[in-house]
Amino acid sequence: MAVIKTRDLTYTYPGATKASIKDVSITIEKGEFVVLTGPSGCGKTTLCRCFNGLIPLFYGGKLEGEVVVAGCKVVEHSIYELARHVGLVFQNPENQLFALSVEKDVAFGLENLAVSRDEMRKRVDWALQITGIEDLSERSPHELSGGQQQRVAIACVLAMQPDVMILDEPTSFLDPVGAQKIFEVINELNKELGITVILVEHRLDLASKYANHVIVMDEGKVVLDGEPRGVFNSEKARLIGVGVPKATRLYQILGENGIRLGRVPVTSEEAASLLREVLKRD
Amino acid sequence: MIEVKDLCFTYPTGVEALKGITLTIDDGEFLAIMGQNGAGKTTLVKHFNGLLKPTKGEVVVDGVTTGEVSVAQLARKVGFVFQNPDHQLFCETVEEEVAFALRNFGFEENAIKKRVDWALNLLDITQYRQTSPFMLSGGERKRVALASVLAWDPQVVILDEPTIGQDHQQKEKLRQFIVQLNAQKKTVIVVTHDVEFVAECNPRVVLMTEGKILAEGPAEEILTNQKLVAQASIVPPQITQIFLGLSDFGLPTNVIDVHEARRILLDILEGAS
Repeated sequence: MAVIKTRDLTYTYPGATKASIKDVSITIEKGEFVVLTGPSGCGKTTLCRCFNGLIPLFYGGKLEGEVVVAGCKVVEHSIYELARHVGLVFQNPENQLFALSVEKDVAFGLENLAVSRDEMRKRVDWALQITGIEDLSERSPHELSGGQQQRVAIACVLAMQPDVMILDEPTSFLDPVGAQKIFEVINELNKELGITVILVEHRLDLASKYANHVIVMDEGKVVLDGEPRGVFNSEKARLIGVGVPKATRLYQILGENGIRLGRVPVTSEEAASLLREVLKRD
Repeated sequence: MIEVKDLCFTYPTGVEALKGITLTIDDGEFLAIMGQNGAGKTTLVKHFNGLLKPTKGEVVVDGVTTGEVSVAQLARKVGFVFQNPDHQLFCETVEEEVAFALRNFGFEENAIKKRVDWALNLLDITQYRQTSPFMLSGGERKRVALASVLAWDPQVVILDEPTIGQDHQQKEKLRQFIVQLNAQKKTVIVVTHDVEFVAECNPRVVLMTEGKILAEGPAEEILTNQKLVAQASIVPPQITQIFLGLSDFGLPTNVIDVHEARRILLDILEGAS
């Protein structure tokens, strides 16, 4: 079942002379883990803003075509209604956190939805537990490390129990181990709770192994849309300059030199085991 | 040359961020400082342009002890690009932003115009000359911040997490540009978590943990040392991970570059057949 569907979606910011996204028609199925990538300024963030109604309701501008999220036509609903379905985690958690304690920050979205006190208590505890930050509940978000802050930001959105969670480069301020832990939390939300994940990301080496759907944008258009192996190995991805995982790049370089591996690897483990077979053969 | 001698720094809150750092950075060097969040990387580089002064020990930049001069005096020599461009940008247009420091340094209007043109072109943001920096994407804002520092052509360029929000092509451009700066004997110091970027550049790496230097050496030596890497909360580059997984075939384990990987694999496979 499609949870997000767009048809010929074109959007121009107020005062802009050309459209930021053009004729975007995509379908995201419920439960998918989508990686959305493409050169900087290609319209990734703009497209995500259409999914929770910030475009056009907050930004204004001119929206053509159609976007349907969890069965709601976005233009016919308000941001607070859409917030129940789509949660957005910003790139920099500092831009999102503001309360005096972690617990209050996580409760804020629920207060706005007028959730009852008991239900709020339950959901806040649940979100803190899933993101592994129960012991931080009384701390001020501003004295936490970047990784901890990002978990708080995820908990805030998770507490609203959205169908879809959009994360805009959620680990770019984190060290690689911290980033991996966040990706694992996101992966759990996807695999165990069935939340549809849309991850905007440049660092495909880290994120690709979790994805089952990759969308590549360039100059406002969707240029590639499919399963990761096919997308990463395509000529088009190379031409646009998508930073495909090094494992995939090695596969391609070896192929150009006449060494064929059994299939396209995305992770280092896959590449190592495929190379193992070739090395054994000799 | 930057000389750091037994540098300790304690924030007013009592947090001991640096606990005895000794390090020498030569002119024309490309240095990457890596390590987990909170290891003290940014605190360390903020000493290089005098934003922070040592609690103990000293930092000497080209013979000048940073404790004895102002940030303004050091800034001409040491340019600093912050991690978060929003902490740095404030003008109404990209052009004014890039020209701002040049005006402060007292450059002639003619020279300012030339340098602004040069920097905007270099970072591929000429088309945004009259745009507000706040209308741009995160990656583009980052490039405006870079342009505004590179415009005054400092001898030492410090880049705090320069690859955040940058796509593959921008990163490649940045790499080429750093090589160019090094060729002009300019020093480039990068604070980064981007293991793949470091693997592509192969600079000298300083690994930090808990306010101390854990190890230093060429990237291919440091990033392929599993023990060190784990202690510093980073992960080896993907190519290294692949080769570590094949060590029982007698393959080298210190490979970080995809082309080096190809060469080794071709040697073995073609030699065997």
